[in-house]
Amino acid sequence: MSQFVKFTIDTIECMATRGQYLVDAARENGIFIPTLCNYPGVKPKGSCRICTVKVNGKLMTACTTPVAEGMNVENESAEINDLRKSIIELLFVEGNHFCPACEKSGSCELQALAYRFKMLVPRFPFQFPYRSVDASHPKIIKDHNRCILCKRCIRAITDDSGRSIFAYRKRGIGVEVVVDPKLGKQLTDELAQKAMDICPVGSILVKEKGFNVPIGARRYDKSPIGSDIESMQISKI
Amino acid sequence: MSKPIVATTSLAGCFGCHMSVLDIDERILELIELVEFNKSPINDIKKFTKKCDIGLIEGGCCNSENVHVLRDFREHCKILVSVGECAIMGGLPAMRNGIPIRECLEEAYLNGPTVVGNEEGIIPNDPELPMLLDKVYPCHEIVKIDYFLPGCPPRADLIWEALVALVTGDEMKLPYEVLKFD
Repeated sequence: MSQFVKFTIDTIECMATRGQYLVDAARENGIFIPTLCNYPGVKPKGSCRICTVKVNGKLMTACTTPVAEGMNVENESAEINDLRKSIIELLFVEGNHFCPACEKSGSCELQALAYRFKMLVPRFPFQFPYRSVDASHPKIIKDHNRCILCKRCIRAITDDSGRSIFAYRKRGIGVEVVVDPKLGKQLTDELAQKAMDICPVGSILVKEKGFNVPIGARRYDKSPIGSDIESMQISKI
Repeated sequence: MSKPIVATTSLAGCFGCHMSVLDIDERILELIELVEFNKSPINDIKKFTKKCDIGLIEGGCCNSENVHVLRDFREHCKILVSVGECAIMGGLPAMRNGIPIRECLEEAYLNGPTVVGNEEGIIPNDPELPMLLDKVYPCHEIVKIDYFLPGCPPRADLIWEALVALVTGDEMKLPYEVLKFD
């Protein structure tokens, strides 16, 4: 069996290593499949569904689907992009996302995806849930208003023996991501910064600094999310 | 043909969006050639004197007066545009939405660290004052809104493009750098 597989994304012929997840395979072929809960190097979870594509006509999450020989993947269609946009809109109304007052604004992946999909206003009514801000940890602030429960921090930030420093608390609609009270002391400055960087929104903030990148120089001020991947495709042609 | 008529108002906003309208700089000379202004803080016309084509709404609805003005705009304008984050999603005033209104008022007038000289413990309740709503509402949850221009404030170029598109009927360009939420 060959180590490589051939498949198509929106009729563009692609090649990837067998067993690779579809988002990674697409990236290597210069095609951007939007993701939110997924993060390179972290075990995929498939919870946010932003990366939904149609594989041979069936809706699947590209971050958890391995590529297979002859797959026909539909990525950039009006139907799929509207599904993705509706998920972003749901995330915006479900929490309290006050972009003008957020430190992460301009470098926020949720916001960047909203820009990419040209979200002018969510189609759903705003929920304005009551959520708290937890500033009890000496190194970080955990703002539950902005948390989208993607679990990136829980999956990626671990201590030396592999235990997650962040954890879920409560259940159902009240679920929150918090710093594990027992392991919180092991959150070093380096890990705190990593946690802030890995958070797709502004829910984890390192204390005593902020707004240190000027407007205009932030990650998504000038170019849309995914444009770096897509520029590879253009140069390939 | 007479010029299209524009009205503007600021509800629970900070007038930043109106300032952004002025940020179109010298194009304001083109604008007055293009449209006529009716009720607006820009020309200080307080009441509608005729039906308008375009109404620009800044700010969400935080009290009964905002709701009254917004409904008045809906009645008098053919097209209503929510301008800015506050009109679209309540904006910074809506940060009080998770807190019960009584708690907000008590913090502001009775218990807050900056409260001085209110020995009788009065929370303003004069019938002349507009009633605060239980929360700050986005405009489109009160009346039908036709278009939305996000930003805090929306970039002057976005407002200009939108106004020109509405007046001329051309399709609006939405370049990446003008569509921002902050």
